[in-house]
Amino acid sequence: MQEMANVYFDGKHYVVPSDLTIMTAMEYAGYTLVRGCGCRHGFCGACGAIYRLKGETKPHFSLACQTKVEEGMYVATLPFFPLNNKNYNIEEIKPTEQIMMEIFPEVYGCVGCNSCTKSCSRGLATMQYIAYAKRGDYEKCAHASFDCVACGICSARCPANISHPLVGLLARRLTGKYIMNPAEHTAQRAADIAAGKFDADMAAMMAKSKEEIKELYDNREIEK
Amino acid sequence: MIKPMVMTKESPFTPAMMESMKKLEATREARLQTEPRRMTADEKRALLDEYHPDYGDKGFAKIEIGPNAGEKAPKELTALLHSKSRISGLDLDLDKVDFETDVLIIGGGGSGAAAAIEAKVAGSDVLIVTKLRMGDSNSMMAEGGIQASDKDNDSPMQHYLDAMGGGHYYNKPELVRRLVMDGAKSLEWLEGLGVMFDKHPDGSMQTFPGGGLSRKRLHACADYTGAEITRVLRDQVHNMGIEIVDYTAAVELLLDKEGNAAGAVLYNMLTGEYLIARAKTVVMATGGAGRMHYHGFPTTNHYGATADGLVMAYRAGCNLLYQDTIQYHPTGTAYPIQLFGALVTEKVRAVGAQLINTNGEAFVHPLETRDVAASAIIRETSTHGLGVDIPNGRGVWLDTPMIDIINGDGKIATALPGMLRMFMNYGIDMRKTPVLVYPSFHYQNGGIEVNAEAATEKIPNLFVAGEAIGGIHGRNRLLGNSMLDVIVFGRLAGQSAAACAKNVKVGAPTLSHVKEYESQIESAKLEDTGEASPILLPKYARDVNVGKLK
Repeated sequence: MQEMANVYFDGKHYVVPSDLTIMTAMEYAGYTLVRGCGCRHGFCGACGAIYRLKGETKPHFSLACQTKVEEGMYVATLPFFPLNNKNYNIEEIKPTEQIMMEIFPEVYGCVGCNSCTKSCSRGLATMQYIAYAKRGDYEKCAHASFDCVACGICSARCPANISHPLVGLLARRLTGKYIMNPAEHTAQRAADIAAGKFDADMAAMMAKSKEEIKELYDNREIEK
Repeated sequence: MIKPMVMTKESPFTPAMMESMKKLEATREARLQTEPRRMTADEKRALLDEYHPDYGDKGFAKIEIGPNAGEKAPKELTALLHSKSRISGLDLDLDKVDFETDVLIIGGGGSGAAAAIEAKVAGSDVLIVTKLRMGDSNSMMAEGGIQASDKDNDSPMQHYLDAMGGGHYYNKPELVRRLVMDGAKSLEWLEGLGVMFDKHPDGSMQTFPGGGLSRKRLHACADYTGAEITRVLRDQVHNMGIEIVDYTAAVELLLDKEGNAAGAVLYNMLTGEYLIARAKTVVMATGGAGRMHYHGFPTTNHYGATADGLVMAYRAGCNLLYQDTIQYHPTGTAYPIQLFGALVTEKVRAVGAQLINTNGEAFVHPLETRDVAASAIIRETSTHGLGVDIPNGRGVWLDTPMIDIINGDGKIATALPGMLRMFMNYGIDMRKTPVLVYPSFHYQNGGIEVNAEAATEKIPNLFVAGEAIGGIHGRNRLLGNSMLDVIVFGRLAGQSAAACAKNVKVGAPTLSHVKEYESQIESAKLEDTGEASPILLPKYARDVNVGKLK
């Protein structure tokens, strides 16, 4: 006999097999999901879910695709949160302390309540990465926010109206473009290819018969 | 900080699994000193013939109509191609135009975003339509990395050789040339947009080995490579003010009277409203088909991977290439059941984990190509009888603790944070215990045929980008070549579509090709599939009225 659990989607009661995730339990209940379902493997952030367990006061924050149902779970999903997208041009900005003030001034309104960290579906130290952003330490902010999937629950809970996922993304783009050293060998190779340095060798390779290519492939040396 | 979210006092593994795990632990020390033998070309061929789903007839059906008539495809895809259009019988007013643009991009994944950015840079008006949210795509879920030959011991020719051999020499040479020659340029472009690659302090790229790669050519962003690239591209699309219409699928192409692509019929997924988009050129960036579950396999793909672009383009007259070849990723998650099918990135094997049977034996070299490794797992769990029992079948071990033993403590936490988090959610610490895997439907190797400018030659003004293209990867793709193709052919499709749009005067749109295709279905007297295609989303909702209706 399959073990079942009592759960409540948007307040409505369903009995579902207890080994399902919130997402598959909704489908078991008969929902055809359009919103609130993306990659189904915890990478895209489409399925933010907030739940409270019967008898508890504290809400829990999760991704519906990554969380097993529990007895007495009251679930609301958050398929979308209106984050504050800004039209900055990555070519024109620099990783200065002022840039955060210009693009996302609301980070300086952080009251330190830690609601963002408490509500992170990925268990990130969200308030910490906002603190790094405030003081212009973009590289630290980038690494601390790297696992963010932008489900937006933190922003829904924030009394200072911060769009945390976008702050982390700006810090990461500044880090990737300006703070980390550029890959000179990659640029050099791209320039060599553009200058035609590989054209003759590539043409020779493409002129080979299938048998010749196969011979080369089967006997190629593999780097250890 | 990553900690288990579900704390279980008891082990998450069954007693039989624990028994098998002891055998694995007993052989680990010896296995650390040796490398499993690589198979010869003949051994690989025999293994594939016997065990890879592509190489049999089971699960395939013949395509009866259209440009590929007489060829085989997975029976689920054949059914889509034999189905009526979603707009069959509807009398849509094509003059009531909801959107007008230069370049219409269908699909909001990595290649759609790359195409949009380039078309916008080239001065075109651009519209992206996507049936879920912008960014929801297989690109977002690509974990392992992106290939490009940018090291001294490597070259575009070496990359070409690996891709051709991996694809069993069926790849279209001019597409592979484009892929490998644009590799370094693509990484440079992504770096310029702010993608955080794994680098050494001096800025040089860290590169990793991979299945079928003769050089360490895999570039990564921890195990979030696709997510990191896709979220940066999505941000760039937002920043450039490109118009995006979310939750809106394309269901048919519009052609003008000369047979040129001229827009699409759209469908609002939330309200059911049909909309007309007219465009000078169209980029099909609709991605893969994992949610069709060919051959009954679970999938690593996102919710919307249902081959929509193949269906629309085929009805309009494009031919498909290698539509019968599917990539099964060797290491989909087999256990726990909540993660069934979820990707365990190949990078796990690239940094040292071996594939192990129930007796603790390494039965295949961990870096064989994906089709070979997947076939070896299928053999081990079927005729060899050496799989580990899981609730819904059998799996094999992936010996993840080897990674920290080989590379030093902390390697898993820094190189594979996504994987660690995924298993830790279910109380499995992959640093301490191995994980169970089984092949999972990962990639549609085939797709719509294009030339080296990403254009379909059958339908003028129609371009294709990303996984919807067939021919780049032959009959088996190497890891890291899809993220590269997303960038190379995404950008190229955007550039080609924008250049082409400059000389296009949009003609009156028609849907006569859809009517004509349906008359072919009727003349061929095909069995009614009971569906309209494209299906847009898989049917996962339980039929709650089973047993209630007489």
